[in-house]
Amino acid sequence: MKKKRYFGRGAMFLLCAFFAVAFLLPTVLTITNSFMSESEINANYGMVFSTTTGGYVSEKVNLKFIPDKVTLSQYITGLVKSPEYLLKFWNSVILVVPIVIFQVAIASVAAYSFTRWRGKIRSGIFFFYVILMLMPYQVTLVPNYLVSNWLGILNTRWSIIFPGMFAPFSVFLLTKFMRRIPYSLIEAAKVDGAGEWDIFTKICLPQCRSALYSIAILVFIDYWNMVEQPLILLQDADSQPLSVFLSSINAGEIGLAFAMATVYMIPSLLLFLHGEEYLVEGIANSGSVKG
Amino acid sequence: MKNNSPKLNDRGKDFLKSMCFLSPSLLGVGIFFILPFCVVVYYSLIDGVGSKNFVFLQNFIKLFDNSAFRLAAKNTLTFSAMAVPLAVVLSMVLALMLESRIPLKSQFRTFFLSPMMVPVASVVLIWQVLFNYNGTVNEFLMLFGADKIDWLQSQFAPVVVLLLFLWKNLGYNMILFMAALNNIPKELLEVADVEGAGEMYKFFAIKLRYLSPTVLFVTILSLINSFKVFREVYLLAGSYPYETLYTLQHFMNNTFDSLDYQKLSAAAVLMALVMVVIIALLFKAEDWFGKDVEG
Repeated sequence: MKKKRYFGRGAMFLLCAFFAVAFLLPTVLTITNSFMSESEINANYGMVFSTTTGGYVSEKVNLKFIPDKVTLSQYITGLVKSPEYLLKFWNSVILVVPIVIFQVAIASVAAYSFTRWRGKIRSGIFFFYVILMLMPYQVTLVPNYLVSNWLGILNTRWSIIFPGMFAPFSVFLLTKFMRRIPYSLIEAAKVDGAGEWDIFTKICLPQCRSALYSIAILVFIDYWNMVEQPLILLQDADSQPLSVFLSSINAGEIGLAFAMATVYMIPSLLLFLHGEEYLVEGIANSGSVKG
Repeated sequence: MKNNSPKLNDRGKDFLKSMCFLSPSLLGVGIFFILPFCVVVYYSLIDGVGSKNFVFLQNFIKLFDNSAFRLAAKNTLTFSAMAVPLAVVLSMVLALMLESRIPLKSQFRTFFLSPMMVPVASVVLIWQVLFNYNGTVNEFLMLFGADKIDWLQSQFAPVVVLLLFLWKNLGYNMILFMAALNNIPKELLEVADVEGAGEMYKFFAIKLRYLSPTVLFVTILSLINSFKVFREVYLLAGSYPYETLYTLQHFMNNTFDSLDYQKLSAAAVLMALVMVVIIALLFKAEDWFGKDVEG
């Protein structure tokens, strides 16, 4: 009996290990390949990207873990020699950071309202926010395009930042967190004569600190990965974020593409390593559409 | 302390206060989503931004007659039909696996979740290397004597995108299932153990009942995410992919290029209606399942 259980656990472990390798492989390969020299990349993947830069091209594709020779040359080319990639990276930063800050800030005030007061109108609005949150880009991009056109901000960053600031995802998730704050805390503050703004800043926000962090991470990765909005709303190639620009790096620069792909992962991977527990908690709380 | 003036009753005061807190968000949502969406609905019912004649459903009929739209809708639905069941079942399997007592459990969770943090744009290179005609997957298949497949240029193309979709989304869904598994009352499972119930019985008679609201939620979430798979397709295969990869968002993007407001608006309104029906079903079902577990 016991033996059987150990066997089962062993099999389970192996299965997990198999999945773990499959899940990690693409990320790890991208990172290790970014340390290859251009000629090695050409030799290994020349067949795939039909590079014409000359040099030896292997007949077969060699998917390699460890570079023959570790070099930082791709990073130096991408980050020091040609400012283009740094510029695109910066484009991503100035699109995403304001969205994260303002979306969370606006949402925290709105979530307080949904937490503190309930009524038919407010639950109606909350319900509407949930529906809006679940709408795919096929629905929201046309309205976004129209408004940007009216306001004259089409093809500027603001056409992405403004709708991002008011996206209802944070409101939804933060309301769920805030509703868990014991009501007695708020009652006690009211008895002490605290105004609503005091209750919000001194009681609600400190209680939600980890929730705010987890929501900020979720919003960040969502927008760091964006493709649809800039394609429609930002047709000017110079202001495209790196998430869109990476796919247009031409075939002769595959080594560079690997290095820049790695650079692009770094901010979100760092956030993940630092805030995994918060992230998991944030996801777990999104698990039902009702408050 | 003029707030205490008796003229405004408490309910009115509360309403004003709540609206003060809500107004920044409501204002933004109104300007950037609700107001323009009303205009989109209006555009979908008229024959042109200039002439403004009401044509009611004509734009929608034209949309259904459009072969590109039909292809896009068919591809998107086919993809969802493949992706959603797999996303639900596999993520549940992952969550159940991490419930068993095995070493390195928290590390496995981290590994399964990590793709969520990696921008799709960063890993498409590896996908291209793997699934190119001369790529690694074909090399591997040839070891078994199989023929080479031009993955991204054949009817197998959705499979490549499906793998990327699953890789990216399973972790998130797994966390949802893990949270739901945690909420199952421990006493129930202990009683089942004492009674000598097998793992299979425990899963189908107890766990699945408690998981059912989450199964539903993950289904909807995956369905919505599968509508967003344009991103993966675009990064892998560009604006004009192989026929089987032409998604609704491709149709929208190409319509944006010609700025045909009527076509765009009709497509957006149609999609919104489909989503509202799906979401309404979710709410109904969540009510139903919720009662089942609590009662």
